[in-house]
Amino acid sequence: MDRLDLGALFLHFLALWFVAVGGPSTILPDIHRYLVEAHHLLTSAQFAEIYTLAQVAPGPNVMYVTLIGWHLAGWAGVAATTIPLLVPATTLTLLVGHFNERYPNAPIGRAVRRGLMPITIGLMFASATILMRAVNHDWRGYLLTLLTVAVVLRKSWNPLWLLAAGALAGMLGLV
Amino acid sequence: MEQIESHKPRVGRFALFLTFSRISLSSFGGALFWARRGLVERQRWLTEREFVELLSLGQLLPGPNVLNLTVMVGYRFAGWSGAAAAVAGYLGWPCLVVIGMGVLYQHYGALPQVQRALAGMSIVAAGLLLATVIKLAFVLPRHWRPWLFGMLAFVGVGVMRWPLLWVIGALAPLAIGATWKEKE
Repeated sequence: MDRLDLGALFLHFLALWFVAVGGPSTILPDIHRYLVEAHHLLTSAQFAEIYTLAQVAPGPNVMYVTLIGWHLAGWAGVAATTIPLLVPATTLTLLVGHFNERYPNAPIGRAVRRGLMPITIGLMFASATILMRAVNHDWRGYLLTLLTVAVVLRKSWNPLWLLAAGALAGMLGLV
Repeated sequence: MEQIESHKPRVGRFALFLTFSRISLSSFGGALFWARRGLVERQRWLTEREFVELLSLGQLLPGPNVLNLTVMVGYRFAGWSGAAAAVAGYLGWPCLVVIGMGVLYQHYGALPQVQRALAGMSIVAAGLLLATVIKLAFVLPRHWRPWLFGMLAFVGVGVMRWPLLWVIGALAPLAIGATWKEKE
């Protein structure tokens, strides 16, 4: 294992977030390469475990970077991996948000918002299908996924109950 | 200057902090489902359409798209400090929770019961995301062009597994250009 250089880790994550157009899943392969292959700070199995854990924890999926930081170096690691993810959001996004609120009827803003809408929906659909294939191993899993979709579209039950049901089904070995 | 039809509710910083805390802390298996539910269905701060529009802008900008949405929603209702309050709610708690879970996992993570429960929850979480996308798709105009762009984005990233940057780089200018030309 290399000696952990927190400054280098911070700068690497900072650079990554500025090219992370489209969200955290786009930079995951590079984070894996940097930590596991280039610097041997984690094994591949550790990386996968940490990622899964952050997926099931409440909060945005991107919190897996925080957990990696915690695992590597405690609170200092948390700062080194989490602060960079805030930087583009608090600079570029605020600027664009400012423009968008100030000139809501600017033709360029309107064209960007309307034009991107279908692409966003197509990309989210892609994420949903990739996730569905990653978590399901047989028809019973797919059935549970589709059942969830049907319930959400027809009822307004609190989805936390659905997640609890999923946990129960898992523990009973039904899926 | 034409008046935009959307009403803009009055929302304070504390309400932003609370709502985004709530969204974040209920976000099992991805934040998108809960962000839409919290902002569109529960609080009615945004219409379905405004939600997708802000999310699309968040997608185009670097960084996690729901975090970018959080910044823009906070800024929209309460300026700079509103954005700070929304982000504090959205990221502060999960940061602590995820660390707590890291500590717990070191003790109990290897238990087979825990592993199976986690697997069951992620199957439901996939369904939640799929249902969210289906609901949002209803705001697309009934016209072939947006649906074509949506399909191309899905096939490029979801089926062909091309890098996202290429797909957005190729489709976004075309889609924005096409929308620009269709002046009503």
